Amino acid sequence: MNWITKFIKPKIKSLFKKKSSDSKDTLWTTCECKNLVYKDDLFNNLSVCPTCGSHHKLTPEERFKIFFDNKEYEVLETPLPKDDPLKFEDTKKYTERLKKAREQTKQSDAILIAHGKLEGTNVTVGAQNFSFIGGSLGAAAGEAFIHGVQHAINNKNPFIFFSCSGGARMQESAVALMQMTRSVLGVNELKKANLPYIVVMTNPTAGGVTASFAGLGDILIGEPKAIIAFAGRRVIQDTVKEELPEEFQTAEFVKEHGGIDLVVERKYLRSTISTLLSILLKKKEAQAISTTDVATFEETVSKTSKAV
Amino acid sequence: MRNYLEFEKEIKNLEEELDSSKNPFDKDGISEVDTAKIEKIQEEINEKLKITYSSLNSWQKTMVARHENRPRANFYIKEIFSDFTLLSGDRLFGEDKSIIAGFGVIENKSVLVLGQEKGEDLNSRMERNFGMMKPEGYRKCIRLMNLANRFRIPVVSFIDTPGAYPGIGAEQRGQAMAIANSIECCMSLKVPNISIIIGEGGSGGAIALASSNKVIMLEHSIYSVISPEGCASILWRDPSKSLEAADAMKLTAKELLNLGIVDEVIDEPLGGAHRDNKEMSKKIKKSILQNLETFKNLSGEEIFNQRKTKFLKIGRDQGFRKPSDALGEQLGYVEPSISKITRFIQERKNLFIGAIIALILAVILTILM
Repeated sequence: MNWITKFIKPKIKSLFKKKSSDSKDTLWTTCECKNLVYKDDLFNNLSVCPTCGSHHKLTPEERFKIFFDNKEYEVLETPLPKDDPLKFEDTKKYTERLKKAREQTKQSDAILIAHGKLEGTNVTVGAQNFSFIGGSLGAAAGEAFIHGVQHAINNKNPFIFFSCSGGARMQESAVALMQMTRSVLGVNELKKANLPYIVVMTNPTAGGVTASFAGLGDILIGEPKAIIAFAGRRVIQDTVKEELPEEFQTAEFVKEHGGIDLVVERKYLRSTISTLLSILLKKKEAQAISTTDVATFEETVSKTSKAV
Repeated sequence: MRNYLEFEKEIKNLEEELDSSKNPFDKDGISEVDTAKIEKIQEEINEKLKITYSSLNSWQKTMVARHENRPRANFYIKEIFSDFTLLSGDRLFGEDKSIIAGFGVIENKSVLVLGQEKGEDLNSRMERNFGMMKPEGYRKCIRLMNLANRFRIPVVSFIDTPGAYPGIGAEQRGQAMAIANSIECCMSLKVPNISIIIGEGGSGGAIALASSNKVIMLEHSIYSVISPEGCASILWRDPSKSLEAADAMKLTAKELLNLGIVDEVIDEPLGGAHRDNKEMSKKIKKSILQNLETFKNLSGEEIFNQRKTKFLKIGRDQGFRKPSDALGEQLGYVEPSISKITRFIQERKNLFIGAIIALILAVILTILM
C-alpha cells in the first residue's frame, strides 16, 4: 500500500493539476473582481470584464483586431537588430529569456506595427505586448517604433500607438536608455511632417516609455484604471515612507493632475480617435468644400464676369 | 577629511604613515623629516594606486563614481567657467536646486552650463536633494536651452545623478513628460550640446540632458539604465548581487565607448578625480574647448543632423538580424557593407561549411590519386 500512496497518488494528482492550471485549455478565466468569466464572453466584450468593467491586457494582434475596420490590417515587417548587445546574464541568460518570449508571443520583440483603416482613414498603428518581457523597450522595440514612424511619414498616415510597458529593458542597460532618445527623434520627425500622433496609454505604461515617446503624443488617452507612471509605486513608497492613496497613478488620477487629455473606455476608443482625427485632419471641411465646389465656382464666374 | 573605499586599505595605511613621517614634531630629539623615507612611501603609494585603479571592477568603479570626496558639478563650474551667472526657476512651479543652471564664459566663449549637483556635506546634500531632479528642474533646463538656442550659445551639461526623484509631487507634476520634453528639446537644438558624465549617469535623469552631440565620460564614472542595486534586487531578487549586476550592465566608460554610446573618455588623475580635482578640471576644460572647436564652423542644420545621425546609428552599426529596406530619408539607415557580408555568410553558414569540406576532400582525393 505504501508505494501506492507514495508514488501513484502524487502522479495522479500532478496529472490533474497540470490540466487545471493550463490556462489555454480552459474556457474560463478569473478577473480582478474575483469573478469567473467565460473566456468567449470576455473576448466578445473587448476583453473588458462584464461584471466589474476592468480592462484586461490585450496582445497587439488582439488590439489590432478590435481597432481596425472589419479586422483588416497588415502587420509590417520591422528591422531586427542583433540580439543581446551586452551579453547579459542574470539568473538566466538574456538570450534564453528572449527565446522563451518569442515562443510565447510569436513576435520577434515587444512592439508590433500594423497599418489599415480606421473609419475609412488610413492609419499606422503600433502596440506593445506586455507578455514580451514586460513590454520593455530595447533596441529591437526602438527600431520597430522608428520604422512605424517612417511608415506613417512615407504614407502621410496619422500614427496611433498603444503603450503597455514596464519601461526600459534592464538587460540592455545603456542601449535601452538610448532608445528613449532614438524614439523621441522619431516623434520629432512626425511632428515636423505635421501628422497627428495619438497615444493610448494602457495598463501599465511606466518608466522610460512614459518618459519618452509615449509621453509626447499630441493627444494622450488613458484606458480606465490604467497605471500611468514614471517611478513605480513601491519605489516611491520606499522613498517617501508613507502610504500612497489607492488611486495614485491611475489614468483618472493622472488626468485629474493634468497629465493626460482623456480617459476613454475601450468600446469608445475607435469612435473617439476617429473623431479626433477627422477634426485634426479637417475631414468635414474638405467634404464641405468638395460638395459646394460647383456652387462656389459658378458664383465666382458670375462675379468675375460682372467685373469684366 | 579623507575617505577611503573598502579596497583602499593598504593605501590608507601608507598615506597615514606618510602623514606621520611628514610631521616633524612627534619625534624625540631631532626635529627633522626623513625626506628619503617620504619619497619612498610616496612612490609606494603611487604604485599601489596605479595597480588598484587600473584594475577596478564594475562595482568598485561604481563606488569611486559615488565617492564622497569626488568633485561635483559645482566645483567644476567654479574652476572652468568665468562670469558664471546662476539662473533659477521654471516659471511654472518652482526652483530645483539639484540642477545648477546659468550662463558663463569659457576662453571668451559664451556657454549655457547645466550641472546636476549632489552636494558636498549633509546639509547641502539635503538642499540639493542628492542630485535627484524634479519636473521643475527639467523644465528650467528646457527654458534655458531654448534661450541659448535663440542666442546661438552652446550648451555644456555635467551629469551626476542617481536618477530622477521618485516622489509623490514629482509624479503629480508630470515627471515622465518633463523628461520626455527635455529629451525632445535637446534633440531639436541648433546649437551644439556637450554632456560630461562626471559621476553617476542614472537612467532617465541622465538621458534627459545627455541627449547631446558629444557624450563624454570620466574614466571612473558610470552610466546605466538602473542602479546596480536596483538591477540586482529586481533580476536576482537579491540586493547583495550588486557586483554581478554592475558587471552585466556594462556600465563603465570603457565598455560604453566600445558600444558607441559614449563618444569620448577623459582619463582621471592617478587614484581618481578626487585625489587631484584641479588636474581633473583642467582636463575637462581642455576637452570642452576641443569639442566646441569641432562645431565652430558648422551651421545649425549641420549640428542638428550630426546629433540625429549619431543617435540613429547607435545599435545599427552592430548590424541586423533582419533588416528592412523600406525606410525613408528621415529615419532611414544604410546597412554597412561589412555587416551585409557577414550576414550573407551567416545565413548560408551550412552551405559554406559544406563547400569547404567538399573542397578539402577533393584536394585530399587528388593528392591520393
